[in-house]
Amino acid sequence: MTEHGPKRHAKNPLQRTRLPLLPPSARSRRAHGLTLAAASGRFMLQCCAECGRYAYPARDACPHCLSEDLPFRDAPPRGELLSETTIQVTSDPYFRDHMPFRSGLVKLDCGPVAVVGLHRACGGPGSQLELSLQIDRAGQAVLFAKPLLETPDMENDPQWRELTAHPKDRRVLISDGRSPVALPLAKALARAGASKIFVGVFDRWKPFETEVAFDAIDGVECVDLDLTSERSVQDLARDIGAKVEILVNTADHVRPSHLFDAGLTNSAREAMDVTVMGLMRLAQAFGPIMRVRGADGFAGAVAWVNVLSVHGLSSQPKFGVQSAAHAACLSLSHWLRGELRQGGIRVINSFCGPLDTEWYQTVPPPKVDPRSLADAIVDGLIRGLEDIYVGDVAKDIEARLFDNPKAVEREAGR
Amino acid sequence: MVSPRARQNYDGVVLAVPVTVPYQRYSIETAHWWMGRALRALADGAGISHRDFDGFSTASFTMGPDTAIALTQHFGISPRWIDHIALGGAAGIVAIRRAARAVQAGDAEIVACVAADTNQVDTFRKTVANFSRFAQDASYPYGAGGPNASFALIARHYMDRYGATREDFGKLCVAQRENALKSSHALMKKPLTLEQYMSARAIAEPFHLFDCVMPCAGAEGFLVMREDSARGLGLPFVRLLSAIERHNAFPDDPVQERGGWLMDRDELYGMAGARPEQMDFVQTYDDYAIISMMQFEGLGFCGIGDGPQFVRQHTFTTDGSFPHNTSGGQLSAGQAGAAGGHLGITEAMRQLMGIAGGTQVKDAKLGLVSGFGMINYDRGLASAAAILARA
Amino acid sequence: MSGYILGALAAALAHGSVRVVDLTLTLSPDFPTIVMPPELGQSAPFRMERISHYDVKGPAWYWNNISFGEHTGTHFDAPIHWFTGRDLPLNSVDTLPPADMIGPACVIDCSKQADEDADFLLGIDHILAWEQVHGRIPQRSWVLLRTDWSKKSGAAYANLQSDGAHTPGPEVEGIRFLVEERGILGFGTETIGTDAGQAGHFSPPYPAHHYLHGNGRYGLQCLANLDLLPPTGALIFAAPLKIQNGSGSPLRVLALVQERSTG
Repeated sequence: MTEHGPKRHAKNPLQRTRLPLLPPSARSRRAHGLTLAAASGRFMLQCCAECGRYAYPARDACPHCLSEDLPFRDAPPRGELLSETTIQVTSDPYFRDHMPFRSGLVKLDCGPVAVVGLHRACGGPGSQLELSLQIDRAGQAVLFAKPLLETPDMENDPQWRELTAHPKDRRVLISDGRSPVALPLAKALARAGASKIFVGVFDRWKPFETEVAFDAIDGVECVDLDLTSERSVQDLARDIGAKVEILVNTADHVRPSHLFDAGLTNSAREAMDVTVMGLMRLAQAFGPIMRVRGADGFAGAVAWVNVLSVHGLSSQPKFGVQSAAHAACLSLSHWLRGELRQGGIRVINSFCGPLDTEWYQTVPPPKVDPRSLADAIVDGLIRGLEDIYVGDVAKDIEARLFDNPKAVEREAGR
Repeated sequence: MVSPRARQNYDGVVLAVPVTVPYQRYSIETAHWWMGRALRALADGAGISHRDFDGFSTASFTMGPDTAIALTQHFGISPRWIDHIALGGAAGIVAIRRAARAVQAGDAEIVACVAADTNQVDTFRKTVANFSRFAQDASYPYGAGGPNASFALIARHYMDRYGATREDFGKLCVAQRENALKSSHALMKKPLTLEQYMSARAIAEPFHLFDCVMPCAGAEGFLVMREDSARGLGLPFVRLLSAIERHNAFPDDPVQERGGWLMDRDELYGMAGARPEQMDFVQTYDDYAIISMMQFEGLGFCGIGDGPQFVRQHTFTTDGSFPHNTSGGQLSAGQAGAAGGHLGITEAMRQLMGIAGGTQVKDAKLGLVSGFGMINYDRGLASAAAILARA
Repeated sequence: MSGYILGALAAALAHGSVRVVDLTLTLSPDFPTIVMPPELGQSAPFRMERISHYDVKGPAWYWNNISFGEHTGTHFDAPIHWFTGRDLPLNSVDTLPPADMIGPACVIDCSKQADEDADFLLGIDHILAWEQVHGRIPQRSWVLLRTDWSKKSGAAYANLQSDGAHTPGPEVEGIRFLVEERGILGFGTETIGTDAGQAGHFSPPYPAHHYLHGNGRYGLQCLANLDLLPPTGALIFAAPLKIQNGSGSPLRVLALVQERSTG
């Protein structure tokens, strides 16, 4: 059984806010194959293309046949615990803040033996364990083992919580309440235990019919936020910046267009202003405070989610402006990730295919129900992912980009 | 496989001038300073100039970025044979093996073998954090427990499998402290009781405070030469009878429960023409008591898995039934980095020369020293041992 | 002689017998702009991004970059703004005759009607009724429709419903009358457009734009403080930015009002 985590309570104003530290982040280049897998929640280890045997830790030649062909492949995420320890003393400053640390030696079903972090609910040596690759606070992949069967309140295990961005007891800002994903997202976050959900609304002088639905969700508060206005973004950060532990940027600006349309640059500028510059304004206002709050107690700042179009990875001619804007957002997100990593804040990008909403009316199915996107985002937070591909179109593009990016480019828009 | 061929013996190879530069818990000096002290003591002990050392073998974790070649210029020597042995706790034995062959072949006349490490306030953390690629990738990020955590996993498994208890580990630790109190070199000056051992704070279960060595600064050294050379210089010496090393033994054991000694011990005793029970003392590499027990098993003092029983049946002080780590070992003398792998060698030399002072084992004629090192990922990779004899 | 008039004006201004009334709303990022269907081009709202604030980007000075559409906040519409005025001479803000930037104003107070009906429309009858009291509207004068709409803010100001904006403005015949029968210089409102919120459904659509600009006349919108003006006698200063080929611009609109007690 896992004990209940401490509930959020008002902070003692006389206490100093602990500053975030990072776990050891040095890794060999080869070990980043694990990072790639962990980012999207896959369990992959090196598997020799010649002799078929798995190898771990990451290396540059197969220890069985010395083949250099050691691609990372999906591996069965199971193993047996051989031995364990609970570390009480460490010389590493980050882990000093996270003692005790339970770790174990696991014989993986696919062969190798691995040192892993152990969930407290795991039994002792001899136990069968479920393994996953997780992105830690430093952005690096680590192995973590949980028992095969879920037990109540598993999300409260302190080690596991460090490897995820669970909304439970955390306060969330959804940047654009007018986005079709905002309402289902607020509902999903509330279900996951978020203690407060701020919903940004721009142009409050325009009708906002969904406000009633937002108000009906426990813990939701609509706030003024216009990503195209530096002042608006800064003002909101002054108000609630220190209360946002998870930020989800849902802003988008979809306008089908043709590259040779007259006046395209104007609508492109609008799109860029909302998406790219909006993300930058958000980053400038909320990034610094979130970054210093990465270790602010059990429910400190933990994640930044960008809701991106999968066409940011590969242009879709009908939505060329949006594709370009999201490509720029993707680049910006990597910059932001580098900055926020210093505070242990995870930057998650969700890549979504066309939504089943008004602007994609003419796009044939399959399309993504905004509720599915919302659920995928919350699932990504709970599992601590970094890249989330939502919907058949996004998964298709992900797989095809991996296979042959040129083919994706040539076939775009057909 | 290379066909098994009888190894050339070490006839005529001797070790002389055991040197220990007194350890300090923390030092503001560099490893170079410590090595310089050791070299000076070797030269003074041999009664010759350090420039007369034509062989130079070094070991250190904290000398970076320098290795033996840089140190020749640093110390003003012009050797014709050098070696830098990055094998941690096995470096001392391996240094003996290589130096022995060099002097046998005539590649060098006198090899100064020195190991030195400093311990500045943040040295240990940096050493652990940058120990190896596998450790960096796959063990350090899991709580950064360092060797304590890695060996805790080995110890816990050994306890589960063979019934060892904390009391068994404690018995070895307490005996070594008793030995240390009789040694002038040991950093630990206070007695240790089993109760104190048992009730100490946890470090990484099953390890508690007194299971763990204390990192410190220090240096050890000795000279390897032919018997003729030692006699010519008028130096007392001990004979090298045999020595083994083995690396990454038993890679398929899921958890380390035996070291490489098991693979080569017949050769060790065969070359020496001796049996385990003839040893008057044993100096194991005691980064943890569990590893000493694996050495008892691997070196044939008891069967595999019989370590706990062996510990319960014996006493380990200098006057005990099985004199062990007579200077206190690293657990009580301090763990001076790579010098920790040389500590047992210089102590064995003193025992066999009859100059061990308060820790002298009565009538010691034959002694075994073993080394162990490099927890690259989940296990110690290097194991080594040597049998030394009174001249 | 002109020296005498201006000297007297300066003295009156110094003395306070002529007041300066600011008819301008503050340009701010959250001020509503005209809303078009989203697939059409949109007017950019007012935005301000800091260049420096006595900081590393400029240690001793404070300044900003600003951006906005030509038709943002209190602004001026030039004839070239509408297709009906596209071929007229001097139809853009940069070629606008400077003399047209200063003119007398007639203020028609419809604040009561607008308060009762957001869709209030100014018709000929209202104009004639006003003239009954205040006299005939002189040629080349501004006609300002007072609705007190500028006292509203946010959603109430924009008053957007699912069928579009609901704000007062002129009837088709009303604006035609002012332009064609009275020869006004321009027409000003307190709302986001010179036209009513629902004027897209009129025939022709947006009649104020259609007739004003088609006849080389001007528009002023998002005016404020019309309640501080007398029905007649105020002098309006409305000088838009000199933007090459510009269709309009935000501007500072000032009115000179002579105090009755001293008049």
